[in-house]
Amino acid sequence: MPMAFMLQRNKAAVKAPKKGDGFEFMLRTLVPFLGVFAALAISAVVLLMLKTNPIVAYSAMLQGAFGSISGLSQSLVKATPLLLVGLGVCIAFRASVINVGGEGQIILGSIAGTWMALSFPDLPSAILIPACMTVGFIAGAFWGFIPGLLKARFKVNEILSTIMLNAIALQFMNFLLQGPMMDPEGIKAGTFLAQSARLPESSWLARLIPRTQLHAGLYVALGFAVLVYIFLWRTTIGYQIRAVGLNPNASRYSGINVPFNQMLSLTIAGGLSGLAGVIEVMGVHRRILEGLTGGYGFTGIVAALLGSLHPLGIVPASVLFGGLLVGANTMQRAVQIPAALINAILGLIVLFVSGSALWIHNIIKKRKTAAVVLAPVKDAEQ
Amino acid sequence: MMNVFSFDVLSGVLRTMIALSTPFLYAALGETFSQLSGVVNLGVDGIMLLAGFFAFYAVFLTGNVWLGLLAAMIVGLIMGLIMSLVSVTLKAQQGISGIGLQMFGLGMSSLLFKVLVGTVKTVSGFAPVKIPLLGDIPFLGPILFNNNVLVYGGFLLVPISWWILEKTTLGLKIKAVGQNPAAADSVGINVNRIRYFSVCLGAVLAGVAGASLSISIANLFQDNLTAGQGFIAVALVYFGGWSPVGVLGGALLFSLANSAQLWLQVLGINVPASLAVMLPYLLTIVVLTVAVNRGKQPAALNKQFFRGEN
Repeated sequence: MPMAFMLQRNKAAVKAPKKGDGFEFMLRTLVPFLGVFAALAISAVVLLMLKTNPIVAYSAMLQGAFGSISGLSQSLVKATPLLLVGLGVCIAFRASVINVGGEGQIILGSIAGTWMALSFPDLPSAILIPACMTVGFIAGAFWGFIPGLLKARFKVNEILSTIMLNAIALQFMNFLLQGPMMDPEGIKAGTFLAQSARLPESSWLARLIPRTQLHAGLYVALGFAVLVYIFLWRTTIGYQIRAVGLNPNASRYSGINVPFNQMLSLTIAGGLSGLAGVIEVMGVHRRILEGLTGGYGFTGIVAALLGSLHPLGIVPASVLFGGLLVGANTMQRAVQIPAALINAILGLIVLFVSGSALWIHNIIKKRKTAAVVLAPVKDAEQ
Repeated sequence: MMNVFSFDVLSGVLRTMIALSTPFLYAALGETFSQLSGVVNLGVDGIMLLAGFFAFYAVFLTGNVWLGLLAAMIVGLIMGLIMSLVSVTLKAQQGISGIGLQMFGLGMSSLLFKVLVGTVKTVSGFAPVKIPLLGDIPFLGPILFNNNVLVYGGFLLVPISWWILEKTTLGLKIKAVGQNPAAADSVGINVNRIRYFSVCLGAVLAGVAGASLSISIANLFQDNLTAGQGFIAVALVYFGGWSPVGVLGGALLFSLANSAQLWLQVLGINVPASLAVMLPYLLTIVVLTVAVNRGKQPAALNKQFFRGEN
């Protein structure tokens, strides 16, 4: 039941066990996308006030994102971390915890993975790459475990703690890049750039299309989308996580450990963001540098919401937002409107999607009630 | 190098502390009203950014600081209405709508700044006003009684908030709506109206907090000027146990940490800057963990109110 998470405190949300019909699917999928259009429309008004033609700006955006092979592949490059972060947000959300810590978890994952690759450059790719991904996942998971533990044990609001952990991770990365992890080449050359040494070639992810950055990490992310779907809908732990989100009280009475499941879901969410970080390093930059996270930790949340918190819905949503991010840069060059516009659009989308959740839910509830009322009549006729 | 423990340094640290506590005071006291009525507004940081930008821009264009303050309050009010509409009327999950508001404020302030101003420019913000007699007290005078109007206002807001919350019917209604909206509704209190009022009041104060950053402390605007101070302000409400005096304590503690951190760098003490900057965020997590006042949390905090259902 996508979107029901929004109303986990509304008891009625749990009373609808039937799987959705076509109408319900349409409603739950299309309304969020209407939110995208509404956000674009409001931003168009802002653009007009800034004396910019929104049609020119948006077509530059669209052209840049999906209008060429290089644009499209760049959109997919950006969709890869968004998908992984979004999958994590989805798992956490299903247990009604909000993971805003993607940025920090990406940083931790990228640091751990880089450390692994730089420490064992002689390992063959077949071992080194999975090893880097594993330590990246573990480091990110650790950064998700902290707010999870604080929430489970001390009832600390996870939104606040994850945002603070983002800031701490960022400063930690700055510290490492300006000190212990600074590129020895940069020190030798006297440039002192705040970036790590270049990763050994054995840890690079294969590029899929020549002269683009599109890398094999995309397959990993898509694989995880399927895995997360299986995890949430085909395993006991996944079922417990979803039960916690739908009705924490009923879960508690039936013996599910609510705090533990929330902690677990934040830990997995952190792990997936950490994986996004290490993949970004191995696939795109091949070193850590400032601005590595690119706001993926926040944009991933929006992708998860727009994908109706369903692993397979997040795939197209990630591609859409990857495209928006790429297109925003094209737009910036074409009409001199800063790419920061995207953040404002993302914020509006979140407001629309969260604001329409109850409305969608009520429509669906009304239809279901009507179906139940009609059912006995049908039985009597037979 | 100056002696770290000299009188001058101590006075400097305390002066900076008082100035830096202003945005925390406005934002956290405003958030206290909002949370006491049952609504967690996580968009405070975004409101501070957009209002801070408009305050700066108004002063940049006209040179009038009062127009800047007014602009910030209007922007705060509009963002408060958006937050109320989405979270109270449309009953969105508050954590999510707040993040949406934050992203919108962050993006829009950055966009407008880059288009309308371009590069970092300074303005002359609120000037210090020395209070006669009190300002001449040695040591304390320059620290406490030689500040600008926004600083005095922030500290005055503590007793005013206390009075509203503890001594007026309005304060009682706000707290009733946050504790038990169904009971408040049954005695004829309009739950949504009180929540709209509290959220908007909080948002207007968040707007003033933004103005206090851009036209009182920094006297400039830049991308992400707040650096998460809005979120710290929300944390201060938990730390302060939903009481204005507790919030004051928290605001002073945090601005002391910030001020000490700045002075460490000014004095050239050998601590990596990035580790020093980390301090307030680390402190926030510690504070959230050990906050002892959790029993005072409004019972209906972060819960939507469905009339006639719960």
